Amino acid sequence: MRSFLAVLVTLAFSLPSQANEVDAGKAFSLNSQCPASFSLENGVCRLVSQYQFYDSVQGRGVGGTQTSLPPYRDGFSPKQIDLGRILFFDPLLSKDGSISCASCHQPDKGFSDDLDRSIGVTGEKVARSAPTLWNVAFLDKFFWDARSNTLEEQAMGPLFDPKEMGNTPEKLLHDLNSNAVYKSLFAEAFEHGGDIELNQIYKALTAFQSSLISLNSRYDQYAHGYHQALTSQEIKGMNVFRSFVARCAECHQPPLFTNNQVAVIGAPEPEGQPFDIGAEKTFNHFKMKGGFKVPTLRNIVKTPPYMHSGRYDNLREAVAFYNDGRGNAVPEDMTLYIHWHITSPELTEDEVDAIVAFLGALTDESLTPRIPDTLPSGLPPVDSNYQQLTNTNNNNLKLNNGH
Amino acid sequence: MSSGKVITAVLIVAAFAGGMYFGGGSQSPVITSSAGGASYGGGYDQTSDADANVESSTVVKRKDTGTVIVVNDGESIMAAVQKAVPGDTIQVMPGKYHETVYIDKDDIKLVGVIQEGKRATLDGEKKLNDAILYSGNNFIVENMQITNYKGNAIMGQAGNNFEIRGNVIVDTGVYGIFPQLGKNGIVEGNIISGIEDAAIYVGMSDNIHVAHNEVFDSVAGIEIENTRHAIVENNYVHNNTGGILAFITPGLPIKTTYDVIIRNNFVVDNNTKNFGAPGSTVGGIPAGTGILIMAADDVVVEGNIITNNKTAGIIITDHHNAPNTTIDPESDPAPDRVMILDNLMMNNGYDTIDEVKALMLTEFKTNDNADIVRVGKSEGSCIINRHRYVHVGVKGWKECEFTNTKNVDTYLLDEPVPPRVIDPSERGKVVYLGICAGCHTYTGRMIGPPVQIIQALYMDNPQGLADFIAAPTKKRDDYPEMPPQNYLDPETRLAVAEYMLSRKN
Repeated sequence: MRSFLAVLVTLAFSLPSQANEVDAGKAFSLNSQCPASFSLENGVCRLVSQYQFYDSVQGRGVGGTQTSLPPYRDGFSPKQIDLGRILFFDPLLSKDGSISCASCHQPDKGFSDDLDRSIGVTGEKVARSAPTLWNVAFLDKFFWDARSNTLEEQAMGPLFDPKEMGNTPEKLLHDLNSNAVYKSLFAEAFEHGGDIELNQIYKALTAFQSSLISLNSRYDQYAHGYHQALTSQEIKGMNVFRSFVARCAECHQPPLFTNNQVAVIGAPEPEGQPFDIGAEKTFNHFKMKGGFKVPTLRNIVKTPPYMHSGRYDNLREAVAFYNDGRGNAVPEDMTLYIHWHITSPELTEDEVDAIVAFLGALTDESLTPRIPDTLPSGLPPVDSNYQQLTNTNNNNLKLNNGH
Repeated sequence: MSSGKVITAVLIVAAFAGGMYFGGGSQSPVITSSAGGASYGGGYDQTSDADANVESSTVVKRKDTGTVIVVNDGESIMAAVQKAVPGDTIQVMPGKYHETVYIDKDDIKLVGVIQEGKRATLDGEKKLNDAILYSGNNFIVENMQITNYKGNAIMGQAGNNFEIRGNVIVDTGVYGIFPQLGKNGIVEGNIISGIEDAAIYVGMSDNIHVAHNEVFDSVAGIEIENTRHAIVENNYVHNNTGGILAFITPGLPIKTTYDVIIRNNFVVDNNTKNFGAPGSTVGGIPAGTGILIMAADDVVVEGNIITNNKTAGIIITDHHNAPNTTIDPESDPAPDRVMILDNLMMNNGYDTIDEVKALMLTEFKTNDNADIVRVGKSEGSCIINRHRYVHVGVKGWKECEFTNTKNVDTYLLDEPVPPRVIDPSERGKVVYLGICAGCHTYTGRMIGPPVQIIQALYMDNPQGLADFIAAPTKKRDDYPEMPPQNYLDPETRLAVAEYMLSRKN
């Protein structure tokens, strides 16, 4: 066991340096090529996916196997995307240089972390778990409680939340503007030579996040017509998943495995935690109490623990929550307007297992971007604890790589 | 409810003041003949619908030349589906089949063969979830008998141009026939009973025709939900809790229902006790509801025979006055431009609920049986011959400017929604950029070798590269072995090989 782990650790160390050979000798110049799955057209990167060739009722990008994508964000220049990548991994963006965006959205953890609720600059846990960033280009609601509608607006949340990155707009601008490398990179990406502006920071982060595309899983191979891509157990799971008994696919609709809506499902808080009203605050309506965004299930095996509060350690527990029946965890003395698709499906244990197996077929990290080797700030990418966390994650990786 | 009351009270005062109290007092009623007069133009313009623009498309019609695969009693329908290719017909001989049949491919026709009255029966034995699940386009299912499933008898997800015809569905759980997220579909001539939600439920779809079905002993008979351009006609809808529904359900990704014609149906005796799941949208429908319009716009109700529904013949409500509805800031909660033309309505509302009685009182009606009940906001709605009905909430509606819907035969498309044809060169680009570029760049080393090196090896041999993609062998010690891309069909593999070899950067 130990030796196997050692191999994995070695691999983890060797991969970044291997991948970075391309950049050797030209640190901090921005890439003028688009990331994979994007085509350079008139100076900007346009998404390319087989799903674009399908139909979708009302252009909303929800439905069955061969369904088009909903409207999405693209059209950023390669340099803006690359600048966003550097910023994303740079702890300079936090109050004290201790954490970056990537601390809670780690590429090798499905752009999430392995915590029930993330830990910010104060060392305390924040209110909710870190959602994955895969396929955020297709969303128009952000945060678990859907309180912002653009990635630019979303970026301000963690940057300036005292318990998350704890920064202030003034300090952020000061730190970046006093860094000659960043000044020149921003000038290159935004083609002007003045001071770095906040909206450029948000835009670069948005550009990078919009490039995180995961649409090449084995499920996608099935959807595009190669039915051998899934095992019989996974196909069984897919059919339970989309059956009208389980109804998973009514909210986690293909191809994104979310319908981009808010739903009240009555998921429980961890023991001792107060009830989280979720979207009730956003929409100022009692019928939204306990409502949260329907998360994508793509790369879901990479992002335990699950639910807004990280209440469930593994997928089987999360699926079992739904199977335990409508409202099974609603606190006594509380009325929740639970979504009508939440029922009491009474699936067999075999069927629950099959759903979990199917969810494993939604994994695709083939277009994972590279973590920068070094950063303009001179700080270690992601944060100082990153390698240790990576090692922990690699233990999990082998558990999830059944195929 | 209270604001509705205020609005109604104001309207009553205004009507009396103007001496225009329709259907009451000593004034002669406005009688409009529906034998002639203007016809409703319909709300669908095919020429402005890209999906229906057949001139520029390469419509692939269903091939008649496909193979016929016969499934005999004791054999597996699913095995036949797996064997079938687009264009094939699967004939299922009479017998009992216990399976879930899923069809994720286009142009498959599943026909239950009826011999001397005996049908091919899918029996879920109360263990299996859904009987038939399809996501392919141009799917046809005919003449099957389906019973004892826990979920749905026939469920579609995003398949266009579907035809669901002549099936007998008994006691299958939640929905009988449930096409969802599809465009251009027909549900006709089916007989469905014993369903705990809607016997026929068309959800989030466009261009739909539901006709000649008999639906009974279910919670809802026919439900048109978050769907546009639908006609529900000539159906026999009886002994359900609610007969025909046109809804917007909040919280779904498709936010509208409009342009629905409900005509020439029998909507009778829908007084069955509600046995829907608690919390479900239909779980809040009062038993004895003939037609229910909730938040849907541009709904025409014409020529129906609506009798013996004990709560009301037609109920029109917004979301605020409907039970079991959540909220959705992106959905308009009001049913606007409802159009009630001539209908034969008798003996409705004879044993109604307190809420309807209270509404009736706002118009000083104490002993009448409600044919039409409207509560909540509704703008631009109209009615003709209102004096024929016992009604509340529609007194202020204007006269409709038309008397019939003769001009609208169907909202089905003249030609099927075309498949999106990806030409091979485009497919090569899409697959290269979407898949290959994750591991290969033009000049640099990534997970795989640079494209330039691949070009040097295969420049005049795209087929060789395509073959390698399908079954790669390890060629370089310093690179990981490439995973086979055999999930791409041969045409796509060749296209991507050609595209890769043509790259200049």
